[in-house]
Parts: sequence; C-alpha cells; structure tokens
Amino acid sequence: MDAPATPARESLRDWLQAPTANSPRQARAQVVWRGWLRLISNRAALAGLVVLALLVALAAVGPWLTPYSALGQDLGTRLQPPSALHWLGTDDLGRDILTRILHGARITLMMALLVAAIAGPVGLAVGATAGYLGGWFDIVSMRLVDIFLSFPSLILALAFVAALGPGIENAVIAISLSAWPPIARLARAEALTVRKSDYIAAARLQGASSMRLILKHVMPICLPSVVVRVTLNMAGIILTAAGLGFLGLGAQPPSPEWGAMLASGRQFMLTSWWLAATPGAAIMLVSLSFNLLGDGLRDVLDPRND
Amino acid sequence: MSIPSLEIKNLSISFGVGRSGVLAVDRANFRVGSGEAFGIIGESGSGKSTILRAITGLHDNYDGDVLIDGQMAPRPRNRDFFKTVQMVFQDPYSSLHPRRMIRATLMEPLEIYGLDRRDARIAQALSDVGLAPEYAYRYPHQLSGGQRQRVAVARALLLEPRILLLDEPTSALDVSVQAGVLNVLNALRRARGLTYVMVSHDLRVVAHMCSRIAVMTHGRIVEELSVEDLRAQRAEEPYTRTLIAASRAAVTAD
Repeated sequence: MDAPATPARESLRDWLQAPTANSPRQARAQVVWRGWLRLISNRAALAGLVVLALLVALAAVGPWLTPYSALGQDLGTRLQPPSALHWLGTDDLGRDILTRILHGARITLMMALLVAAIAGPVGLAVGATAGYLGGWFDIVSMRLVDIFLSFPSLILALAFVAALGPGIENAVIAISLSAWPPIARLARAEALTVRKSDYIAAARLQGASSMRLILKHVMPICLPSVVVRVTLNMAGIILTAAGLGFLGLGAQPPSPEWGAMLASGRQFMLTSWWLAATPGAAIMLVSLSFNLLGDGLRDVLDPRND
Repeated sequence: MSIPSLEIKNLSISFGVGRSGVLAVDRANFRVGSGEAFGIIGESGSGKSTILRAITGLHDNYDGDVLIDGQMAPRPRNRDFFKTVQMVFQDPYSSLHPRRMIRATLMEPLEIYGLDRRDARIAQALSDVGLAPEYAYRYPHQLSGGQRQRVAVARALLLEPRILLLDEPTSALDVSVQAGVLNVLNALRRARGLTYVMVSHDLRVVAHMCSRIAVMTHGRIVEELSVEDLRAQRAEEPYTRTLIAASRAAVTAD
C-alpha cells in the first residue's frame, strides 16, 4: 500500500471515532458509522447485504457479461441442460437461462424498490399522522387499513391487477396498494407510543405546528421500524411480483421476469428441471437475503436493542 | 399589588367525565409577581404538575382563568404565548428527542420563530447553562442527566421568555447534580429578571429557590406562605406541618 493513503485513512477513522464531534456533519457521520459497524458485525445481515450488493451489481452489468440475448430465440438449442456453453441451460425457445435470469434481476429489483418507494412513505405518512392526530383521521384511515388487511395480500393484488390490466407497472401499483396498510398500522403504533411523550410536548411548547411535529418528531421515531418492516416485506413483495408473473398478470412474455419464467418452465418440470429450478432458486436467494438484511437492520435500528 | 405576571383564578382540571372523572385540581388560585419565584409543593398526585400543564395549554380542558400580565391566555395557546411562557420538564431523559442532535433540538424554536444568528444563539444558550458549545453536536444518549436538564433549560430560554415553569426540574437527578442545575436556574433568574413557578415535592429545593410557597394536597391549595414562615415553621395548616416534619425527618436521616 502506498504511503499517502494510510494517514488519510487513519485520520478518517479518527474523525469517525472521536469521542466528541465538532460539527453537525461529523456527529451525523459518527452515528452512521456506528450503525454500519453494528450491521456488519452481524454475520447474517452481512451475508444478506453482500448477496444483495452482488445482485445489484450483476443486474447493472449482467447483460454485458453473457454473449446471448435475453429475448433472441434459437429453436435449434432448445431445452439444453446446463453446459459450458449455457451455464444454466436453455429454455423451450432456446434462450440462455443465465442471460434471462440476469435481465430478470433488473425487473425484480426494480419492482421491489418501486413498491418499497411507494408503500413505505405512504404507510409511514398515513400511520404517523393517524397515530399523532387521532380523532376522525385516525378512525377513517385505520378502518380503511382494516379493510385492506382483511384480504390476503396476493388476492388483493390479483384483484387490483385484474381491474387495472396486466403489466409490470400495474403490478407495481397493485402490490403497493396491498403493501402500505401493514406499514401504516406499524407506524401508527409507534406514533401512539410517542404522542404523549415529553419531547413532543416540549416541541409543542416551542410553537411547532402539527405538520412539523409529525414530519420532524414523530416520523423519525417510526422510521427505523418501518425501514425494517419494508426490508422484511421485500421478500413478500418479490414473491407477490413473481406470483403475479406466474399467473400471467404481472410481466408478460417474452419478458424475462422470474415468476413468468417459472410459469413457463412448469410444463417441462419433469423433463427439464433447470427451467423452473433456476428462477425459483433466484427468487429464494433474493428473498432470503432481504430477510437476513432486515433482521440485521432490526438489530441496528431498533432502539429497544440499545 | 401591581398586575401580576401570572395569575391563576379558580382553576379546576378534571380527567374523565361523569362518575369516573377525577378532579385533579380544585379551584386553585395564586398570583406570581414579576421577577418572583413561586413554589408549589405537594406529594405525588396532588395536582401540582397538572397546574403547570394547564398553564402551558398542554391540558386544554380546564375551567377557570389563566392570566398573563392581566390578559387572558389565548385558547388554544398561540406563538406569542410561548414566547412569554416556557416550561422545563421533570424528566430530562424523556424531554429531549432521542434521535435528534442537541443542535437540531435547540435550532427548532429559532426556525419556528424565524430568528437570526442561530448558531451564535445556540452557543450562547449552551454557555448560559454552563455547557461548552461542542455539546450542540451530541445526541441525548451521549449526555448525563444533569447535562440533559441543562440543555432543556437552554431550550426553554432560547425564546427569551419572561415566565419559566419548572416541573420538578431536579427530581430525576442525583443529589450532587441537583445543586448545579438549581444554581444555574437561580443565576439565570437573577440575571434576566425571570419569573419562576416551580413545582416540587422537595421542601429543601423549594426553600432554596422560591420566596413564596403554595402547599397542595388532593388537588387543592391548602396554604400559601413565605419561605421565612416556612423556615420558622409558622405553618397553620396541619398538612403543611406534617409535610415539614416529614422533610426534617428525611434530612436528619440523610
């Protein structure tokens, strides 16, 4: 290692580990740094994080890693078992499965992130507001949540997709609609525990408006458990997305979405196991790593574990 | 007597309604002059903290009047009111937002009221309560109880109020730390001519801080006396005598 790099790194480490911070930036960086240390000291969380990071990297560059096209058909090489040419074999239309899995990773991750980006903030906002304000807003929004929660989420998503029409965008909307209510309920429970607390009362005495209290005081308290919940829900979101694809209501052929691949591989389950097994394994791997990461995040973020 | 800074007239506060309702404060009256330190003493559950929460408007369903400089306090309380009256809470472990940097907590009133020179004001407020400016970059869990309570005092004083309500400001602190916080409060009152209303169950703390004392039990103010009367044990009410005797016994036991 070259000499100049070491002192710089040492000083960054000192800066992060200094017992007292001297600027807001340093104080915030120290909080993030300590959380990061705790996260990576949890082996399962680290494993989940590594797998997810690999997957994101593969999804980003994967299409350039294989010589095949995800959609190009070659009926001469259909249903080939895994070999040196086709590492994970080919499907019933002669398409390379590894290539399709890599392309499908983009779709799956994009869907999961979009759902999280819609359902997370919506659930957080509704739940924190309902929990803090109480009154009619709480009653109306929580009865709405009750209605949503009284259906199994896949059935609800199916109903929305049936109404909106099949397709990835509609699948994202449908899954988001079925994913926000549990998050809202969770955020409301957290908000209820803090609405009577002294620090909220103190902020009210400083003239803070309800809007400000919800955004700057209640939401930061709800946020950790919501982040953990969303991360743990990612597995369910991916399974729902794959389920919709499997039932033909999500991504449409020839899109290399994992659920749709699983569905088309089902017909060849007995003769060509790799058609269904590979997308199935991919779904399992991503779900598992999201679950592991979520568990680790819970250990890091949950104040009850301090 | 000139117009008092703070006056409570026939203040009654009850929790719940009908037969299950509890009358927490029963027709309380007192006046606090400008620059005076007024103490309310009583055992737990006597309703003394509830009076403070009613004054600040945190309990909004009270009967009776709260007057600031002879004017009725607006209901609900508005920003002008909070610029005049601030409160320090009992438990410094729960009165600071656990996930916000001290700087963010102190910045809040400055943002809400659109005040200028924010960093300078925060540094000044911290030094007023005896903390170095670097404490602004800490989180509450990095501070001791005494330091947290000093931060809470600094927060209450950032808006430069004239009346400060103190809800047992030292009861959650070690005895060794209590004196430090009380001295800071005393010095600030003298330097700025603040009006204090202090609630406590500790006679020694109230005697150290206040010039006039109201004794509360079961939601009623049973006696009002000066600190000299208290020291000379010229209490008329039997309850006050019991309280003084109990406190002396505790002091001797220490």
